[in-house]
Amino acid sequence: MLAKRIIPCLDVTGGRVVKGINFVELRDAGDPVEIAARYNEQGADELTFLDITATSDGRDLILPIIESVASQVFIPLTVGGGVRSVDDVRRLLNAGADKVSFNSAAVARPELIREASERYGAQCIVVAIDAKRRTGEDLAAKGPGWDVYTHGGRKNMHLDAVAWARQMAEFGAGEILLTSMDRDGTRSGFDLDLTRAVSDAVPVPVIASGGVGKLDDLADGVTLGRADAVLAASIFHYGDHTVGEAKALMASRGIPVRQ
Amino acid sequence: MGRVAVIDYGMGNLRSVSQAVIHAAQALGGAAPEVIVTADPAAVRAADRVVLPGQGAMRDCMRELREAHDGELLAAVREAAASKPLMGVCVGMQMLLDHSEEQDTPGLGLMPGRVLRFRLDDALQPDGSRYKVPQMGWNRVRQHAFQGGAPHPVWAGVPDEAWFYFVHSYHAAPADAAHTAGSTEYGARFTSAVARDNIFATQFHPEKSAAHGLALYRNFLRWRP
Repeated sequence: MLAKRIIPCLDVTGGRVVKGINFVELRDAGDPVEIAARYNEQGADELTFLDITATSDGRDLILPIIESVASQVFIPLTVGGGVRSVDDVRRLLNAGADKVSFNSAAVARPELIREASERYGAQCIVVAIDAKRRTGEDLAAKGPGWDVYTHGGRKNMHLDAVAWARQMAEFGAGEILLTSMDRDGTRSGFDLDLTRAVSDAVPVPVIASGGVGKLDDLADGVTLGRADAVLAASIFHYGDHTVGEAKALMASRGIPVRQ
Repeated sequence: MGRVAVIDYGMGNLRSVSQAVIHAAQALGGAAPEVIVTADPAAVRAADRVVLPGQGAMRDCMRELREAHDGELLAAVREAAASKPLMGVCVGMQMLLDHSEEQDTPGLGLMPGRVLRFRLDDALQPDGSRYKVPQMGWNRVRQHAFQGGAPHPVWAGVPDEAWFYFVHSYHAAPADAAHTAGSTEYGARFTSAVARDNIFATQFHPEKSAAHGLALYRNFLRWRP
């Protein structure tokens, strides 16, 4: 039986790993290679590197990081953040990434996902979706649901998140990385309604992200949210819990995990 | 131990495969083979072992392999498959068979059988969630008897039902069950590793399967079929 995956997420800027709350207030969390090696030893199923560097000058700093991690850590590596073109995919794969995650660029030009997927295969194309529950006028106009946001969660693109996920899977995304903007950094658990709505809607795997504060949140993402994988950053970075503890808890709740 | 050629025919990312093979080779210490990533038919012919990776669509992989060096690279791979240890990975395994359902693509015909798409469109997992295609993530591999005896020597030291990393929408269905070296459950049981004579190949990615994956590459580098 396919295991449900636990994916620590490393936010990277200027060659360091950091963690923010609601995409601001960055705190330094350490050296990427050391952290990656530690997570591998703990049994992490994959690692995701999110490049939150604001400038294109700083962007290429992630390539040597991926190169050094990939030469020492033999589990799948995903890189996202500022990926804009099919050529970016090539550069990241050549550096040692296994999957590349698109976000704003896919919203700006959805055909980009088709092109990247046809060139490199769906298995390495992830579409990251930042979704926020509709409120106020949007709720009144469109009814309950979630809208897609870009630019680090600042810009409402007025796309329905479930419909967008479905379209991206049709265009060739091999996986959806779904982040709840409402929950990200709050430690109050995944938005399970959002996770389940998207997971039930698409034929490809869904990674739940945003809001993990305790180990049971990870298990809930799988059992109630029907996520194929769960992603978390701070509970692992600051030593609150190890990946091994997370897997033990999930296994005790009857979830298949690699141990 | 000589030289290992990782075949580079322009499809996808060979870095992780070559890094893992180099890592595995270094672990063999003094007997470490030299690992080269190459599309040069002469280098493939001169190598003692060959790794055939593959990523993306099988039709593209077959086309690139066929067209490289006016068919000479493909000829060198065929010679290797007939004469020295060859390890296929992912689409590099699927290409060994006769035919793939993916875009109705003929394979190399080095192992009788076909490559089929997962038929899981409306199937539900035991927990009520739908099966996702591609299968993406870690799954267990059951080791099968090789030539009527123990599991294949490339499994040495790897526990039965160990976890390996998969990402694929198509899987091999060898015509001869004796060619199944490993199998995995995803909706139904499918062949996740094949072997015959001097060929061993996996659907999963040993280069992304942590310690057990590196063990497989080490074993392949030591294997004397």
